[in-house]
Amino acid sequence: MSNQSYDPRVNRLKLGNADDPIKVEEGENWNVYEVFHQEKRGAHHEHVGCVHAPDPQLALVFAKEQFGRRKKCVNLWVVRSADILAFDLEDEDMFANNLEKTYRDASGFKVMDKINKFKGEAVKPPKA
Amino acid sequence: MNAALQKAITTLITSMADDALILGHRNSEWTGLGPIMEEDIAFSSMAQDKIGHAWALYRILQEHLGGEDPDQFAFMRAAKDFTCCHLAELPIGGYDFSLMRHFLFDHAEAVRYESLQQCSFEPLQQLSKKVKGELKYHTLHADAWLLQLCRGGEESRQRMQAALDRCFPLAAGIFEPGPQDALLADAGIYPGEQALYDKWLNTIYPLLVNASLNLPDPAEVAPQYGGRYGNHTPHLQALLQEMGEVFRLDPTAGW
Repeated sequence: MSNQSYDPRVNRLKLGNADDPIKVEEGENWNVYEVFHQEKRGAHHEHVGCVHAPDPQLALVFAKEQFGRRKKCVNLWVVRSADILAFDLEDEDMFANNLEKTYRDASGFKVMDKINKFKGEAVKPPKA
Repeated sequence: MNAALQKAITTLITSMADDALILGHRNSEWTGLGPIMEEDIAFSSMAQDKIGHAWALYRILQEHLGGEDPDQFAFMRAAKDFTCCHLAELPIGGYDFSLMRHFLFDHAEAVRYESLQQCSFEPLQQLSKKVKGELKYHTLHADAWLLQLCRGGEESRQRMQAALDRCFPLAAGIFEPGPQDALLADAGIYPGEQALYDKWLNTIYPLLVNASLNLPDPAEVAPQYGGRYGNHTPHLQALLQEMGEVFRLDPTAGW
């Protein structure tokens, strides 16, 4: 029986069996919360790290000083790490052949000529 | 501005600045010792904010009211020339005491700076706008911890109640009235200590009820006054000794 952690990243490591399984009860440990930082209003929230906290409110309070006090920040999200669903590491092979499917890349798609032409037209004064 | 009003505003600002400097220094003593890393960083950062508030206030004294250089004023004065309240002076004790002090003091600050948003003395009015967001965070932090610890089992709640019982008379001493209050109120500087005290009680009461704490009956409590007149606990002298130790090695050094 493997040790169960409330941090899913620890569980994903599959640290193996322990002789004396440690059972972690809900509320016994603080939770890990993932922190997402928003640099300006309307921008995506980007993952910046995590904090330990006993509840979501204190997670936000902590996140503000860990991640919101240096660079520009207008908002933060916190999400309990355990509430994030992720693939197992062993399922990485699902993504293995991506690099061979270059026909799915947009890199061969030449549009800059069209864009520049369009921009050139846009600066012309409107016809009377 | 006449000389009497200038003196009254100087008295008010000096008290506010001394409170912020002394409590900021006290709270910084938790740096590296906080209960968990995240809280250590948050509490240290708020201690820095307080010292920033003190600096901004000392600057107003210097630039607008003929005061001294902020560093000289902060580090070279004798204890009897400080006008901080006793609440700010006391040693950090346990985290229950320090958090309760932080909760009571920062709500008092929030109420005070909110009243200064209508201040007729422009530098104070501008500062009140600048610190608004910081104080919002400080009280959010204090409120979140208060709930957390008061709902963390009976022992935890009892310790917070004991901390409240100890801190309340001290916190009431923040609002020590002075002879300048009426003049400042008439001049539209701020409404005076009694008005702020009433507003503060109305702010903290529902928060304490929500955390299942009993606010001591304010009518039965003797506020711990004296700080605004330069009468201090012995702890202030020791703090000043330590805080100014490096500065006094060479008070004219450039930093």
